[in-house]
Amino acid sequence: MLNKIQQIGANTLAIFSGLGRATMMLFGALFGRPRPIKAWPLYIKQLYVVGVQSLLIIVVSGLFIGMVLALQGYTVLAKFGAEQMLGPLVALSLLRELGPVVTALLFAGRAGSALTAEIGLMKATEQLSSMEMMAVDPLRRVVAPRFWAGVISMPLLALIFNAVGILGGHLVGVDWLGVDGGGYWSAMQANVDFQQDVLNGVIKSFVFAFIVTLIALHKGYDAIPTSEGISAATTQTVVTSSLAVLGFDFVLTAVMFGG
Amino acid sequence: MGSDKPLVDIQNLTFRRGDRVIYQDMSMQFARGKVTAIMGPSGIGKTTLLRLIGGQLKPDEGRILFEGEDIPRLSRSKLYRARQKMSMLFQSGALFSEMSVYDNVAFPIREHTKLPEEIIRLMVLMKLEAVGLRGARDLMPSELSGGMARRAALARSIALDPELVMYDEPFAGQDPISMGVIVRLIRSLNDALGLTSIVVSHDVDEVMSIADYVYVVADKRVIGHGTPEQLRQHESPLVQQFLRGEADGPVPFHFRAANYGDELMELTR
Amino acid sequence: MTTRKLELLVGFFVTLAIAALLLLALKVANAGVGGSDQTYHLQAKFSNIGGLKVRSPVKVGGVVVGRVASIKLDPENFQPVVMLEINSSYNNFPETSTLSILTSGLLGEQYIGLQPGFVDESVSILKDGDTIEDTKSAIVLEELIGQFLFNRGN
Repeated sequence: MLNKIQQIGANTLAIFSGLGRATMMLFGALFGRPRPIKAWPLYIKQLYVVGVQSLLIIVVSGLFIGMVLALQGYTVLAKFGAEQMLGPLVALSLLRELGPVVTALLFAGRAGSALTAEIGLMKATEQLSSMEMMAVDPLRRVVAPRFWAGVISMPLLALIFNAVGILGGHLVGVDWLGVDGGGYWSAMQANVDFQQDVLNGVIKSFVFAFIVTLIALHKGYDAIPTSEGISAATTQTVVTSSLAVLGFDFVLTAVMFGG
Repeated sequence: MGSDKPLVDIQNLTFRRGDRVIYQDMSMQFARGKVTAIMGPSGIGKTTLLRLIGGQLKPDEGRILFEGEDIPRLSRSKLYRARQKMSMLFQSGALFSEMSVYDNVAFPIREHTKLPEEIIRLMVLMKLEAVGLRGARDLMPSELSGGMARRAALARSIALDPELVMYDEPFAGQDPISMGVIVRLIRSLNDALGLTSIVVSHDVDEVMSIADYVYVVADKRVIGHGTPEQLRQHESPLVQQFLRGEADGPVPFHFRAANYGDELMELTR
Repeated sequence: MTTRKLELLVGFFVTLAIAALLLLALKVANAGVGGSDQTYHLQAKFSNIGGLKVRSPVKVGGVVVGRVASIKLDPENFQPVVMLEINSSYNNFPETSTLSILTSGLLGEQYIGLQPGFVDESVSILKDGDTIEDTKSAIVLEELIGQFLFNRGN
């Protein structure tokens, strides 16, 4: 019993110290020594790795999720004779919830785990250490570009996800199930508000981007530099950031749409 | 020792990792322009010593002077400036796996200078020529053999003409030919570029062949130091055991254990 | 891969995202219409606003002419005060106009219907900051049912 309590205490302390290290890493990465303009290619490279390379999975999943939403929504709405509400149903589900959340989960699996593994491996092969000995701050050189690339990419990916999903809904709803095409768009326009729905979704996505990228980088930077340590860190990235995204999603939804 | 002040001067260093004492009140001097070796059995924290000199770790007590500046007490920006004058060759080479050999060597130059690309190219090719890898400049680190990777890393570590190069186990895991190459490189680079070299190793023969001065570290302190000739005459049995590679001696063959006879008796009970 | 090629791909990615944002803004949310236009404000007091929300539409004969800008409670007589934001191109409503809170469909959202009043020499035109006096409150379904049952009982 006493052991259990001790264990809980130790775990709590570990969580706090992890949070502290992650925050310190972030500060080091963002506010350390100023970087010259020549870091530009680094940022482009990371935007490519983190953003462009996640594009395919985002487009494909967005398309299918939009199609499934339309299919499921249609069967329910048709019972009430409210097929023309299919547009708002698909658009609002995507913009408010599924777009930001599913993008964040996919991003954690696709880009987040890759970031953790990459940085963990750089640590294990002493690349970070040797950079430090060359008087180059690895937080500025390695962590900062990846962080910004993640925070910028994810909202962009979520926007693309939403747009593709709505088009996918159109494909199934209008072209296949025969909902009126004009009604699909006009009902959407009547019910979707740019500030309330589109921008709030983008804000959510920014918050998730921050969380997922920070967790991924921190787990990599803090990984035990062995192959077991890196594989454990990669798993933790996916698990922790997925849970964090779902938890924060509840809070944000309550604040944004709950009132 | 030379007449001028040593480049690196370690005074009364104590370093603990958790409750374990790694070094207790240890002092060492590294003379300018010489190859100084640190030898000792594995597991005594030789790499730790290099990290202490590089400022990546902070000692619990004592001073580490580099050109008269106390490394552990330097501010961050001063430490980074001091590090530009030193470089370290890691055991694994630690080449950046995402860049070619050329870009690896160019990396410190690009980071710390604003030189135009043509001059960087000249410098990089010069350093690569010095380690005999000018032809391998477009290869990626994953395409290099272990010995080549270490030579490429050596080219990178001398890219900015540092004053001090620290070698962490440069001979470990090398075949005899590349070992010979690296031994020759350390010596010739040291003499040609006027470097100061610190070599951490437990390969006795190689170290004795190139070092100007040797420290033997064991049991948290320096147990013997001197030129290779002086060391061979050293009276300490511990030093002699290490140099000759005897299995048993002051450093026992057996890990600390209860009496063997007693444990055998326990089984019969 | 060269930086040039990476720049192109990243540029393509960002363009795609901007296109997506435009699609969402114009085709899905229909923002921009009335968003950046000039508006003027009108005030109105209701005894009950029902389910009216900020940004609910203000319609004249089904045409959206503005939106609800804010809803407050008058601290003295505890009446809801609704601030309306009307598009400046519709600037000729007479002060005899009436407002009522209506529901689109049986269960739809609530909106404000503006019924323009008569015009003669003594009637001036509503301008920024004016208050519309003649208002009809929202129909609350529970009260309606209650009234219906009460009347049947008689």
